[in-house]
Amino acid sequence: MECEIACSKVLNKNEEGGEYSAIRIHEGKEGYVMTNCNMCGLCIDMCPVLALKRIKVGTVTLDKKACIGCQSCVGFCPRGVMRRAPDSVTPFKCIACGKCVEACPENALELKEVDLDEFEETVYSYLGVCE
Amino acid sequence: MSNKCQSTEVTTIGDRDTGFETGNTKHDWNLEKLEAGRKTIAEYEYESKPVVKGYANRTLFIDLDKNEIKEIPVTEDMKQKFTGGRGFGLKLLWDSIKPETRWDSPENGLVLTAGPMGGSTQYPGFGKTLSLTVSPSTDIICDSNAGGYFAPYMKFAGFDAVQIHGKAKDDVVVVIDGEENKVKIETGPDVEVNSHLAAEQLTHFYAVEDSEAARQRVAVVSAGKGAEHSYWGCLNISFYDPRRKVARLKQHGRGGLGTVLRDKKVKAIVARTKHFDGLTNAPLDADKVAEVGTKYHREIRDLDKDQCNMRTVGTGHLVEIMDDYDLLPTENYRFGSHPKANKIYSPHFYRIWTQVIPDGCWYGCTMQCAKAADGQKVMTGPYKGQVVTIDGPEYETLGCAANMSMWDPRWVLEFNFYCDTYGLDTISTGTGIAFYMEMYEYGILNKERCGGLELCFGNNDAVMEFIHRLAAGDNHEFIQVAGKGIRRVKDWLIEKGWGDPQLINDCGMESKGLEYSEYVTKESLAMQGGYGLTLKGPQHDEAWLIFMDMVNNQIPTFPDKAEALWYFPMWRTWFGLNGLCKLPWNDVEPADNAETDDPAKVPGHVQNYVEIFNGITGQNVDADGLIAQSERAYNWQRALNVWMGRGRRADDWIPYRSMGPVTEMEYFSRQERYDKQLVEKLGIPQDEVECMPLQEKMQKLYDWKQDQYQKLADAVYHRRGWTPNGVPTPQKMKALGFGDEAEMLAMLQQKIDEDEAAGLNEWGGKYQEDEEPPTTDMKYWEKW
Repeated sequence: MECEIACSKVLNKNEEGGEYSAIRIHEGKEGYVMTNCNMCGLCIDMCPVLALKRIKVGTVTLDKKACIGCQSCVGFCPRGVMRRAPDSVTPFKCIACGKCVEACPENALELKEVDLDEFEETVYSYLGVCE
Repeated sequence: MSNKCQSTEVTTIGDRDTGFETGNTKHDWNLEKLEAGRKTIAEYEYESKPVVKGYANRTLFIDLDKNEIKEIPVTEDMKQKFTGGRGFGLKLLWDSIKPETRWDSPENGLVLTAGPMGGSTQYPGFGKTLSLTVSPSTDIICDSNAGGYFAPYMKFAGFDAVQIHGKAKDDVVVVIDGEENKVKIETGPDVEVNSHLAAEQLTHFYAVEDSEAARQRVAVVSAGKGAEHSYWGCLNISFYDPRRKVARLKQHGRGGLGTVLRDKKVKAIVARTKHFDGLTNAPLDADKVAEVGTKYHREIRDLDKDQCNMRTVGTGHLVEIMDDYDLLPTENYRFGSHPKANKIYSPHFYRIWTQVIPDGCWYGCTMQCAKAADGQKVMTGPYKGQVVTIDGPEYETLGCAANMSMWDPRWVLEFNFYCDTYGLDTISTGTGIAFYMEMYEYGILNKERCGGLELCFGNNDAVMEFIHRLAAGDNHEFIQVAGKGIRRVKDWLIEKGWGDPQLINDCGMESKGLEYSEYVTKESLAMQGGYGLTLKGPQHDEAWLIFMDMVNNQIPTFPDKAEALWYFPMWRTWFGLNGLCKLPWNDVEPADNAETDDPAKVPGHVQNYVEIFNGITGQNVDADGLIAQSERAYNWQRALNVWMGRGRRADDWIPYRSMGPVTEMEYFSRQERYDKQLVEKLGIPQDEVECMPLQEKMQKLYDWKQDQYQKLADAVYHRRGWTPNGVPTPQKMKALGFGDEAEMLAMLQQKIDEDEAAGLNEWGGKYQEDEEPPTTDMKYWEKW
């Protein structure tokens, strides 16, 4: 997958794609399906060292220097899109750089703006707060 | 009762990136003044060495009499025999104290240790500190464990354990400094004593710069004024919370470790690490550890809210369950439930605890049961009016509240707050006060004898007044004795001739001199053993068998109970050897756990621990190998108990309040149940029971229950490899790998010979024709 390879070049400095890519493409029953971070921000509240932040444009980013490798964000991500590559305890995630969009030969991907208020319910229910 | 909350309520956490405003009282610590007043009495510079597969490979020895600081290498033999954590502590104490050593002897050691797995971050519950000392309550070694950041930082700074002997001339702070690779003994007149201030002050003072990250790399161990004036002193271990911007506290509650800390004139022990990340604990196979950890995080994510709901209410959810099963101690364990208990059920605290915060007491714990109430105004005492964060209440503290008829969440928080900051164990304090309240009800204690305190059940003001007077060093006779705990008060009451000795001995819930923790065991013989046949005293860390026994009837026979009282103490001990919390083992269970061969053991999680132990240390043990680690430490500790004079059958005595109805009121409260027991268990015909006078019924039940406990002890001692008098046999010790510990084996043999000469190597139960003791070969261990 060209998108995965482009991603792993950015995030893991290799061309493996697959486990080293934040964006993943799977073959479903009716075509290809993408899983990737939707910037819901649940991980922000999981991090014991405040290594996850939402920057001004809205992207959720991980400060790898601050990270202490606990996998809380990886484990709790409701979409499983906080990833951990082999041979590392520091996770990585989509940073909305758009390289995957550029790399797709079929123009099948797009980077778009979303409304954060849509995510509040997901966030709080997954954090263990009762409905 | 509803467990709902409004999701809009929780958005008061404010800015999620940088934390929120607790509203707590701000303190000006005047760090310059602290620095100016600081004097270094002794300093030891050491070579920085990395952790290797979970071990720092050296321990730290401090003698405050001589101001001596030195390092001792950890040998492979020590690791093989004692694993780490509590095991290391037992070994270090055996090497440095005498059987006559008492809590206030100068040579008594206060030991804090890490375990090889502690300090990893990828799996919940991996940050425990273990502590040990000779206890003022029991005169034998008491061990305790707590979360917070201390032991991992001590290990990363360079040491698997620290042992502090001797006593300082003036109050000192011991600093294990991973920034400068120095260990220091410092004086500081302006250093706080009470923990909610000491932890905060010292966290700020020792942070290498003014940043949240720097403050998170400091851990403080402290006690308080309460620990100076009672045997109930606890250690508080801090962990800095960057969202709340407060230093929070976990407790080494049991056994008087805080009392020893203050007796040695140590105000605090500080550990700071220069740096740490997910690999500082140096696991051999980090991938494996992260893989297993992530799998377990997902289990918690998906299952916790429908199981124990730990992430939201911590151990507080147990109050309603215990009340429902008649296991919640009320009015000094007279009853197992109360009509007012629902006033302190967890939904009341749901509104008080701040939610949606990572509350783990070590990084990576997503079970995060350490709940805290922010912005709480203190109602009484020297800190009245201050606004504080209160860590808790946990189940045990709520159980104490039930025991004292304290049915108001705000008072529970007040009790919790002051016990913590004064360095008082809530369990010992609560169970102690509950006993004094029952004595007050009977007129054995009264207002005059209690120095003006009206210690009736439900008098919350009197509870707090007692605690404040205790911490202030009040020299009224009652306060002085009461602070030493139930055993000393029993002796005092009997000496004064103020009440019936049998009643006093049977009501006061202590065994080996340590107060009971908060579960009613009258209907669970296995749990009576779970409290009485323990090493340190009646603390539930060794076994929690009530449901297995009473509710699910999974261990009906004596051999069944003995097996459970062998396996579970061994398994649960294992966590303390490795620096782990045991709650993640069974407070969340895999979805398919009920379908496994042995759901009570949660085999899926045992397997996780096997994989992670091997993944960190590079060893290749299986589940049986983990148990073997525990058997070594467990038997070593029992042997130390014997060595110090409290490790035999007579010392495993438990008060009758833990077994059955002491008073007529208790019999009447469960008359149907007890009458039925007389019929079904004792075989007395129904019509005879109906006509029998109450006192006779109570006596028959008493005799039977006492005999049941002795038979249980018989079965358990045999299963554990001990003599009929409860002494670990040299044969068992050799089989465990202690064959070259000549001094230990000789000591045990001598004690066994003494027991033989005194006719004590006999079974304690009275066996009828159709009953069998564990064996009729009375020297059974000599054949092993």
